Amino acid sequence: PGAEKWLTNTFTQTCAVRPSRHSTFTHSTSATGYNMLTKHEKELIAKIWDKMIPVASDIGAECLLRMMTTFPGTKTYFAHLDIRPGSPHLRSHGKKIVLAIAECSKDISSMMVTLAPLQTLHAYKLRIDPCNFKLLCHCILVTLAAHMGDEFNPVAHAAMDKYLSAFAAVLAEKYR
Amino acid sequence: MVQWTDFERQTIQSIFGKMDYDDVGPAALSRCLVVYPWTQRYFGNFGNLYNAAAIQGNPKVAAHGKTVLHGLVRAVKNMDDIKTTYAELSVLHSEKLRVDPDNFRLLADCLTIVVAARMGADFTADVQGAFQKFLAVVVSSLGRQYH
Repeated sequence: PGAEKWLTNTFTQTCAVRPSRHSTFTHSTSATGYNMLTKHEKELIAKIWDKMIPVASDIGAECLLRMMTTFPGTKTYFAHLDIRPGSPHLRSHGKKIVLAIAECSKDISSMMVTLAPLQTLHAYKLRIDPCNFKLLCHCILVTLAAHMGDEFNPVAHAAMDKYLSAFAAVLAEKYR
Repeated sequence: MVQWTDFERQTIQSIFGKMDYDDVGPAALSRCLVVYPWTQRYFGNFGNLYNAAAIQGNPKVAAHGKTVLHGLVRAVKNMDDIKTTYAELSVLHSEKLRVDPDNFRLLADCLTIVVAARMGADFTADVQGAFQKFLAVVVSSLGRQYH
């Protein structure tokens, strides 16, 4: 735990390495978020997602709607669903996504194990281009901000962005 | 030329018309420096950027945040020719300030989140779409004079 904190502090202080803007980390330990998140950040993330579980359908549908409105190219993956605002498809699909993210946030260090089935699903069946993950992640951050207001302060935002980036990177790991 | 719908024009004018620039500007810039710490590379002479609290309390960050947001107003007032409006600023950022143009997108994302937090439920998916389309044009215009 001491080493993890040192690593995180060193990263944020020296900013020596600039992460690729095309996001997916290829080094598996950084992809788990294990080295990127402090204990405090992990607790903060788990707390936020815990509050989202009872309203998972609402939150999930909103994230998806924001993404498809702002980034219309993402609609191409939903030809099989009714994606009009308020549609039950959006709500049930959104709920699945939110619950997966929330579940994983309870034990971030085990991300690689928890997400193994979803990795396979995304790599071999869904084959969503991973560049879209960061579009959804951004819309999740916007949704959280709209619901939490000032409580979604820069520290919470940074922690959440790191967690979601790690989540997306792990999801893309089996693609090739 | 960018085509704007009436809804998009009204949305942009409304958001910026009601915005407190002196609050939102500093909030967006400080958030960017906290969430994407590597952006601090451009602010070596701003003093203490050691942690989130220091960044959010830093007067130079606040002042610069206000400058940036007031600069954005020029695009709000010239939505039909943002490209030309920002040609000089683009050259400045490229040749003098040497800012990686990807940073414009990072700041735009932080600004979106600050506005979402301020507007809450009023920041609907459609409003977000219009806002981000506007910022995308701004970001693209600022990156245009990089050669």
